[in-house]
Amino acid sequence: MTDQNSSLSHLDLETPEKPFLDANELVINMGPQHPATHGVLRVILRLDGEKVLGLECVIGYLHRGVEKIGEHRTYTMFNPYVDRMDYVAAVSNGLGYCETVEKLLNVEAPPRAQYVRVILTELNRIASHQLWLGTHALDIGAITPLFYTFRDREEILKIYEKYCGARLTTHAFRIGGLQYETYAGFEKDVKNFLDFFRPKIDEYEELLTTNRIWVERTKNVGNISAQDCIALGVTGPVLRASGVKWDLRKAQPYANYKSFDFDIPIGQNGDTYDRYLVRMGEMRQSVRIVQQAVNALPEGPIMAKVPKVMKPAVGEVYHSIEAPKGELGYFIVSDGSTQPYRVRVRPPSFVNLQALDVMCRGQLVADVIAVIGTLDIVLGEVDR
Amino acid sequence: MGQIIQYIQSYRHSDLTPGAAGNMFWALVYIMLVFVGLSVAVIAMNWLERKILAHMQVRLGPMRVGPHGLLQPIADAIKLLLKEDIMPAEADALIFWVAPFVVVLAAFTVFVVVPFGPTHAITDMNIGILFMLGVSSLSVLGVVMAGWASNSHYPLIGALRSSAQMVSYEVAMGMAVVSAILMTSLHGLGPYGVSAASSGTGTLSMIGIVQAQNEQHVWFLFKFFPLGFIAFGIFAIAMVAETNRAPFDLPEAESELTAGFHTEYSGLRWSLFMLGEYAAMIAVSSIAVTLWLGGWYRPFANSLTGDTWDLVFSLFPGLIFLGLAAIAFVGVRRMPKHPYFRVQTIGLAGFGAVLGLIGLILFVPPVRDRIQDIFWFVAKVAGFMYLYIWYRATFPRYRFDQLMKVGWKVLLPIGIGVLILTAILGVVL
Repeated sequence: MTDQNSSLSHLDLETPEKPFLDANELVINMGPQHPATHGVLRVILRLDGEKVLGLECVIGYLHRGVEKIGEHRTYTMFNPYVDRMDYVAAVSNGLGYCETVEKLLNVEAPPRAQYVRVILTELNRIASHQLWLGTHALDIGAITPLFYTFRDREEILKIYEKYCGARLTTHAFRIGGLQYETYAGFEKDVKNFLDFFRPKIDEYEELLTTNRIWVERTKNVGNISAQDCIALGVTGPVLRASGVKWDLRKAQPYANYKSFDFDIPIGQNGDTYDRYLVRMGEMRQSVRIVQQAVNALPEGPIMAKVPKVMKPAVGEVYHSIEAPKGELGYFIVSDGSTQPYRVRVRPPSFVNLQALDVMCRGQLVADVIAVIGTLDIVLGEVDR
Repeated sequence: MGQIIQYIQSYRHSDLTPGAAGNMFWALVYIMLVFVGLSVAVIAMNWLERKILAHMQVRLGPMRVGPHGLLQPIADAIKLLLKEDIMPAEADALIFWVAPFVVVLAAFTVFVVVPFGPTHAITDMNIGILFMLGVSSLSVLGVVMAGWASNSHYPLIGALRSSAQMVSYEVAMGMAVVSAILMTSLHGLGPYGVSAASSGTGTLSMIGIVQAQNEQHVWFLFKFFPLGFIAFGIFAIAMVAETNRAPFDLPEAESELTAGFHTEYSGLRWSLFMLGEYAAMIAVSSIAVTLWLGGWYRPFANSLTGDTWDLVFSLFPGLIFLGLAAIAFVGVRRMPKHPYFRVQTIGLAGFGAVLGLIGLILFVPPVRDRIQDIFWFVAKVAGFMYLYIWYRATFPRYRFDQLMKVGWKVLLPIGIGVLILTAILGVVL
C-alpha cells in the first residue's frame, strides 16, 4: 500500500489469511483460456480447499495500445478505435469520445443529434446489460437466459445495422453530431422494440429473480461496501448496488439527459443479487428514456459546424459519461496540431476489476466466477 | 439336441427371470439385449437432450447431420473414436486408464437387477435394491480415480467435490429407499382404500417391490399420502445429485472447473465417462420407477379396470410408434424438394417406415402382451429423462456448500422423518 491509498488501509489486503490447519494452499491458474473469465482475464487463485485466500489478476492479453494509437491519428481517425475498447457498448464509447473532442473544440451537437445519440446510447446500455445478464447467468449455471437475451439483443443490433451498417463496432457518431440522418422508419423501429422489450424484462426476471438457487448463489456473494467502492474508484452499477446514488447522467448531465425523466436504481447490500437488481432496473429506466427521447425527437440539422481539419487550441480536457459499466472518462491533451498529444481513457471495467480481490476473499471458487460475472468486465476495455 | 431346445424354450413357460431360473442361455440373451438397448438409449438420449434443450432455448440444435440431426450422435461417436488419445505426461497411467471403465461398469452392472417386466430381467436377486444402490455408488470411485490420476488441479477439485457430493446424497437417498422398502410389508389404507387383508412380507427384490405395489393396488408414490410422495421427492432430488447433473453438476461445472474431473480426458475415454453418466441417469431413474411408480404396471390400473381398458392400454406401444412414424412422414413432406436433400429425405422416410413397421408388429397379440410391460417401464423412465433435461435448461448451479447444506440439513432430516412416520403409520393402520 502506498501512502496515497491510505484510505484503503482498512481493507488489510497485505496480510493473507492462513490456510485452515496449516494445510498446503492450492494455487490455481484460472485463465486466460477459461470459459468464465469473459475473454482473456487470468486470475491466479490461492485456495484453501475451495476457499479463496486471495487472488491476483493478470491482464494485458488483449492489449492493443489504443491510447498510443490515438497519438498517431487525427481526432476524426481515432473515433472508430474507441469502439474496439468496450466492444459490447461501442456506442457509449463513441459518445464519450465525441463529446470530449467537442468539449475541446467548444462545439455542441445540434438537438436532433443529441436526441438520436441518447436513443442509440440507451439502446446500447440495454444491449450491454443483456449480454451481461446472459453470460452472468451462464456462469452461475443457468444456460437458458443467455439465449433469451441474445435473441432480444438481436433486435437492437438490427436497428444499429439499419442506421449505420454495423452491428457491434458501430462508429455511430461523429465529432459535432451524426454523419447519417436516421433512416425512414427509425422511430417506428425503436418504438416497436420498446413494446417488444418491456415484457421481455419481466421474462428474464421470472426466470431468475425469485429462483431459489439464483438467490442463494447471488445473495451475500461478493459484498463490497460503499466505502470500499469509493476507495477503489469503483463506479457504475457496482457502486450503485452498494447504496451510492451516483450516476453521471444525473450528477454531471451530458448530452441532454437533463431533459429526460428517469430514476437511478440503487441497492443496499452491495452483493451480487443487488447488482443484478440494479442492472435490471437500469434496463427498465433505459426503456423509459428511449421512449421519451423517441417521442420528442426534434427536427433539424444533425451536424454542428466543425472545421474540416480539426486543430483544437492547446489545452487539455477531461470528460466522462456513464457507460453501461461505469464512469467512462477521456482525458485528451491537445498541442494545437491535428493529432492529440495524449489520449488517456479511464475505462470502468479496468477500475472495477480492482475490486475483485476485495470481493472474493473468504468466498468459494464458485463465487469468484459469480463476482467476475457481476463486475461486468470487458477485457477489450480493461487492456485497451 | 432336443434337450438343448427344451432348455432354451423352458424360459417361455417360466414365471421367473432367466437368472433366477438358472437359464444361462436366456440370461445371456438378456444381457446382450440390455447392453444394446442401453447403448441405443444413450445415443437417443444424446440426440434428444440436444434437441429438447435447444428448443427450450429458442434454437434448433443439430440440423445438419441427417434429417433434423438424427445422425449427429453417430457422427460424434465416430469423431470421438478417431480422436488422438491423449494422456497427460504426469498422469498416473494405470489409474487414468482404469477410471472411465470403473464408471461405465458401475453404471451398466446396475441393470442386472432392473426389472423391465415380471420375467423381463436378467436376474431377480433377493437383495436387488441393495445390490443396485451398492453398485451404483461405486461410480464415485471412478470419478475420484480420474480426478486423482489426472494430476491436475481442476480435476482434483472436481473429484473432491464429486466424492463429497455423492457420499452425502447417498445417505438421504438411502432413507427414501428404506421407507419405500418398508411399504412393501405395510398394508396401510392408502387413498385408494386398500384392504389390509393380505399379510405383509417385506422384500428387497426389485421384482418383489413392484409386485407388492400391484398387490396393494397402489403405487408407493401415493401410499400414506403424502409420505410416499415426500420420499419420492427426496429420491428424485438425490438422484440428480448422485448422477452429477444440473443443478448439482458441480464436479463438472463447466464455468468453474472447465470440465471438472474429466478435464484431462479426451476421445474415447471421455466418451466412456459420458456413456457412464447417461447410463447412471437411466439406472437411478429405473430405481425410482421401480420403487415408487409401479415399475412395469400400466397407469390407472385401479380406476380404469376391465378387459376393454386392458386392451386399450396394450395398444399404446404400437400407437406411440405409429405416431412417431407419422411425425417422421410429416417431416418427409416438409423436407425441401432440392436434390441436395434427397438422401436425407429418403433416410427420414426409411426411418419412419421402420418405426411404422415396429408399430404394426407391436399390435400383434402375442407380441403386444409380451411387450407392454417393457413399454410402460421404459415410458416412465423416459419421463425422468425428460425431467433431467428440463432441470438442466431451467436451474442455475448450486454452490458446493449450499449443496452440502441441502443434502445434510434438509433432505436427510426429512428423509429420517418420513422413514419414522412410515413405520409408525404402517403399524397403526
